[in-house]
Amino acid sequence: MCALCGVLLTDHWAERGGARNRAFRVRLVNRVLAFYGLSLDDWGSAVYTLRDRKGSAVVVSDLASLWTESERMAGRPLDPLDPGLVAALGGVHG
Amino acid sequence: MAERLPVAVVTGALGSGKTTLLRSLLTHPGMGETAVLVNELGEVGIDHHLLRQVDERTVLLASGCLCCSMRGDLADELRDLLTRRDRGEIPPFGRVVVETTGLADPAPILYTLLAEPVLRHHFELETVVVTVDAQHGLGREEAVRQAAAADTLVVTKVETVEQDAVAALEEELGRLNPLASVREVSFGDVDPALLFPGPERRRSPRDLTPPPASDGARENKKHSHDGVEAFALTVEGELDWTAFGVWLTMLLQSRGADVLRVKGLLNVGATGPVLLNGVQHVVHPPEHLDAWPDGERRSRLVFIARGIGRAELEASLAAFQRAART
Repeated sequence: MCALCGVLLTDHWAERGGARNRAFRVRLVNRVLAFYGLSLDDWGSAVYTLRDRKGSAVVVSDLASLWTESERMAGRPLDPLDPGLVAALGGVHG
Repeated sequence: MAERLPVAVVTGALGSGKTTLLRSLLTHPGMGETAVLVNELGEVGIDHHLLRQVDERTVLLASGCLCCSMRGDLADELRDLLTRRDRGEIPPFGRVVVETTGLADPAPILYTLLAEPVLRHHFELETVVVTVDAQHGLGREEAVRQAAAADTLVVTKVETVEQDAVAALEEELGRLNPLASVREVSFGDVDPALLFPGPERRRSPRDLTPPPASDGARENKKHSHDGVEAFALTVEGELDWTAFGVWLTMLLQSRGADVLRVKGLLNVGATGPVLLNGVQHVVHPPEHLDAWPDGERRSRLVFIARGIGRAELEASLAAFQRAART
């Protein structure tokens, strides 16, 4: 696990704001994951379930492992600079 | 949490003057009680009661990410220093200086200090000092990575080349890493206070004035180090912190090896900014500062990156921020 992910997403930062913030984060991550045919469910506010469209699912304990698992399931890197993703999020690239 | 001991990292290419610098610093009266971990005892060549050798062993963690690997050797030595100090076997010390080999990547050292459960409570990174030989400048990729991680770049052996060449090198270093201060040193002669200013200085945001506008690879091709460029992003208005966290973690997961450094002040709607400081995948716990350094509440992020343009980063960050609001 990377220090960044651990610190930024599972430590005090990530959980600040409690359940509402967590729900907001899941909604936002789902906007990103949709571009790759993946989705994330919050499972009892304890762990998350990451799914693809073929019915595969994997439990991730925190968002730290989310990007690694998503990359594995999508079979390609999840690059936030991808112009397609930027456009899908409502951005104007360039 | 009790006061943590500052750890300063001294690194630089082989032959760039690390040992000369260290030898000179250790005999300086202003250095205070400092424990020193070196990779080659014989090279320093002075008798110092707190000098220890550490063999560089990097333990690659399951993630397979090199920058997030644990320096087991360093962790062992630092824990041992604490134990021996507490038992009274060695005198109390107020700082640890870690000298690395010329090939060492500083990121695993930072990761070790942040992630090792015992160390993170007892030590904190004070500064990264990188030596650059005025004759040879930056060369290998490791040297560029080290320079990007630096808080201070020490140009050594300045007496061996013309002043114009030193000035040109300093300009080049300033372009590569605008976050670092650059100091000339001859025969290792420097006031320790200039290199080791205390952890507070590292948290100071005053060096975050954005460098002159640059659009990544556009400028200074002849000075580019494998496409490594420094540039600044500024964002007006309040940033959504959750969206920023999602964006940055995703960016570092996919492009971390090419993001050599990121440092920024973020407006997340609080009175003061959040200070962010990272080297490759390794990011210090973001800190809330009480006030903005200049009263301007604009978020600013300085990136030192390879093959990533300012415009694409800006567009991506803006898209994630928009997604948070819609």
